[in-house]
Amino acid sequence: MLDEKSLKTLEQEQRRWEQTTLQNWLKLSPERKKEFQNHSGIPIKRLYTPEDAEALDYMRDMGFPGEYPFLRGVHATMYRGRLWTMRLFAGFGTAADTNQRFKYLLNEGESGLSTAFDYPTIMGYDSDHQMARGEVGICGVAISSLRDMEVLFDGIPLDKVTTSMTINGPAPMLLAMYVAVGDKQGVSRDKLGGTTQNDNLKEFFAQKLCIFPPKPSVKLTTDIIEYCARHLPKWNPVSISGYHIREAGANAVQELAFTLYDGISYVESTLQRGLKVDDFAHRLSFFFASHNDFFEEIAKFRAARRLWARIMKERFHAKNPRSMWMRMHIQTSGCTLTAQQPLNNIIRTTTQALAAVLGGTQSLHTNSFDEALCLPSEEAVTVALRTQQILANESGVVNTADPLGGSYYIEALTNEMERKAMDYIQKVDEMGGAIVAIEKGFFQKEIADSAYKYQKETDEKKRTIVGVNDYTTKEEKCPIELSRIDPKVEQQQVDNLQKLKRERNNKKTKETLEKLHYTAQKDENLMPTIIEAIKSYATIGEITEVLRQVYGEYKELIVI
Amino acid sequence: MQNMRKIRVLIAKPGLDSHDRGAKVVARALRDAGMEVIYTGLRQTPEQIAETALQEDVDVIGLSILSGAHKTLFPRIMELLRQKDLTDIMVFAGGIIPKEDASQLKKLGIKEIFGPGTPTETIIRYVFDNVPERT
Amino acid sequence: MTKTQEIVQGVLAGNPRSVARAITYIENNTADAPKIIADIYPHTGKAHIIGITGAGGAGKSTLIEKIIREYRRRRKTVGIIAVDPTSPFTGGAFLGDRIRMQELTTEEGVFIRSMASRNYLGGIAKATKDAVKVLDASGKDIVLVETVGAGQSEVEIIKVAHTIVVVHAPGLGDEIQAIKAGITEIADVFVVNKGDRESADKTITDIQVILQMDNKEKAWKPQVLKTVALTGEGVPELVDKLEEHRRFLEGDEKHRMASVRTRAETELADAIKEKTTNKIVEELKKEGKFEELLQKILRKEIDPSSAADKLLQEKLGK
Repeated sequence: MLDEKSLKTLEQEQRRWEQTTLQNWLKLSPERKKEFQNHSGIPIKRLYTPEDAEALDYMRDMGFPGEYPFLRGVHATMYRGRLWTMRLFAGFGTAADTNQRFKYLLNEGESGLSTAFDYPTIMGYDSDHQMARGEVGICGVAISSLRDMEVLFDGIPLDKVTTSMTINGPAPMLLAMYVAVGDKQGVSRDKLGGTTQNDNLKEFFAQKLCIFPPKPSVKLTTDIIEYCARHLPKWNPVSISGYHIREAGANAVQELAFTLYDGISYVESTLQRGLKVDDFAHRLSFFFASHNDFFEEIAKFRAARRLWARIMKERFHAKNPRSMWMRMHIQTSGCTLTAQQPLNNIIRTTTQALAAVLGGTQSLHTNSFDEALCLPSEEAVTVALRTQQILANESGVVNTADPLGGSYYIEALTNEMERKAMDYIQKVDEMGGAIVAIEKGFFQKEIADSAYKYQKETDEKKRTIVGVNDYTTKEEKCPIELSRIDPKVEQQQVDNLQKLKRERNNKKTKETLEKLHYTAQKDENLMPTIIEAIKSYATIGEITEVLRQVYGEYKELIVI
Repeated sequence: MQNMRKIRVLIAKPGLDSHDRGAKVVARALRDAGMEVIYTGLRQTPEQIAETALQEDVDVIGLSILSGAHKTLFPRIMELLRQKDLTDIMVFAGGIIPKEDASQLKKLGIKEIFGPGTPTETIIRYVFDNVPERT
Repeated sequence: MTKTQEIVQGVLAGNPRSVARAITYIENNTADAPKIIADIYPHTGKAHIIGITGAGGAGKSTLIEKIIREYRRRRKTVGIIAVDPTSPFTGGAFLGDRIRMQELTTEEGVFIRSMASRNYLGGIAKATKDAVKVLDASGKDIVLVETVGAGQSEVEIIKVAHTIVVVHAPGLGDEIQAIKAGITEIADVFVVNKGDRESADKTITDIQVILQMDNKEKAWKPQVLKTVALTGEGVPELVDKLEEHRRFLEGDEKHRMASVRTRAETELADAIKEKTTNKIVEELKKEGKFEELLQKILRKEIDPSSAADKLLQEKLGK
């Protein structure tokens, strides 16, 4: 943004600096590496100057917070008006156990709930299914029926909290349960606030929790988007996720590009239902990781906002500014945390959380320091929460919007990431869209190659991981106390299920399941039928089994 | 003609755990080290793992699990291997397995546990050094 | 009983552990391997051996899973050999075909074995044909061989299989390539998979046209079938066709004997070639003559082909 003359002077002076001051310095002390790159492989220069931000047009490319292209933030006052939601992912054991953890966290100052379900629930199996043996409640809460959900939110008024649920295949069932609990509490449906992750596309190449094949999975995601647009105005029907893509091994550019592509796919699938983009787009939310490279992550979050805004405006012709804004939840990166010297993880989580805040997130989960060892202990999760509270209250970074805006480095990197992400988006467009790309194994290959590269760099010590491949100490035994799940949880759940099946009106339940089987074969939105089935205490397993019969099961395409 | 033995490894993901990044990286590393790697994907039952090991006549099994369900699944897998007379296969494990569980698992017959941060070279060297002799 | 005898007995009794061990010895070309093959050979010839080939992306593995299920429904036992390529650089291989059939692993009457090509060209591994013999001798009614899947050049399968199935997917563009490579000539059944795609019918027509252009008089007229492997649609008809071909081979004594004879002849010739070459080279090396001529080649005093002639003349004395 300098004028022609000043730029020329700058160029000349920089050359002079390179030939004199810099050269002299390099002679005394060479740089530590031949090349400096960030995680995406983008080379990092030793210095960024106004020349790097030269092409920026402030109004076109940056603008103001709360306005298109939303680079500087989705809200006009950002954290001066409202801090991000401190929303810690939690869940283990029985619904009663998790209810207690929910209440503990709310008491300690978290501002939103986030639910982790156990593997059987996530895969649509009840706690008494053969595939659930040994897995009930050990890395999330076991929810098999509405009764469990009622216990989960016992004493938690749903008009006073918002709840995020990390659930994909069975998302319709869990949303139905939440609605049913809200109904029971007397909360009107238009007041229910929260998020269902419900992002089935990324399951096929990242989180791998796919139950049904791609086409019916996208159908179910779209059912929820459509249903919420019509009936649950405060609910975020999807959390279009890059976190899992990153954790699976993708680099930052890939995380950005593939996530936005999934978003594009859902907008397209919802438009095909006859809705207008401005009817639903404002409630699409996003979920990213915050990884180690501090500035790369900040640039990524900013690039994401601007790129999405541009896509919504130019590709989908959204008119309402809220259709173009990207609200995001961020989780600090789990895969960067180490089992060795676990207290070091507190520092990693802190820098990653800071990047998320400087990147303008709306909601944040910070990992506990025992992440690589076990489920979060109460002590560890408290430290994670305090991390956010200290950043919010003591660091001062919240006092202005987009504090790094205008940094030559940040703006250059933001531009570069947006450009590279667009290349990927174009590539997938040419391939024929997300489902074709998944069938071809495109995303999977990109991710597998990035994951392998990362491992090789670590093995070859091109990347240092403190405590792991350098600065190691010999640890005879685990330095912290590990939290464990009571093995009685599984038996308890099995007993509960048997009791439920005895006590419910089995005739009614059976009827609703038959109705679901019938409806699923037509091209209708399944939410109303699923709500009916849930309210008659059909279990997640029973409902998923009906859908499996209609849609079939997905067989993974393996790309290493 | 010379003996053309190749080391055959089964990389398996028992139970519902869906984190396969590590398993795939290890599979690829072993392949790049010249081994024949059979990877059977996610959500394998102990029965599937043991029968696959038998049919493929593998030398080594690598079990990857991050969900904590190893306490239930590993004993079942080792028992099935015993029943099928496959105790000469070298079994190692990786993922999120607390150190305090390691001694118990070793008593079951699992030779070594490679936790998070293990360099792939360490695993490759271990397999080369410890793969059972073929008579 | 010796170890070899134990294994042979186990194979003939259908014991999966023995079958697996036998295949390993054969793959690794151990000292026991020739004896094992010799002892089981008289018990082979009962299984119907089906080769399934086709380019990657055609859905071979998914189709094979459905084919196995259909055969199981008809109470047939099935052995499967799935071949994947060995990396020429590392010598290692990723054997991932099994995943599509993994649910059938614990199914009684099914035996699945993955094999790496170990740098053998032509779509299968060198040990595949002997591994097929093991499955045959163990009592499997059907033996399926899934080739590497490079498509065009996978003609080695004719040495192994009675019935050859070529799988296409619509729009892959491999039909023209396949014709160029000659694979069309060896196929007995063509399958256009992903039959629910729009271009499927056109692909079927394209292949039928090409087949009609082949005006050689054939006893068996290859046909083109449509399947949707994901749902299983068309698979019962495909298996009917495979059974039809088997009956054709069994019924047409002349044709069957011709193809059995051709296979045996090829196998015998190949075995002689390999053993002769190895023996002669080994001897020449021992006698130092190999090294002598090699040095001359390096000094450019003689070219390799003439050197070989010289050595053979001496060796075979003609």
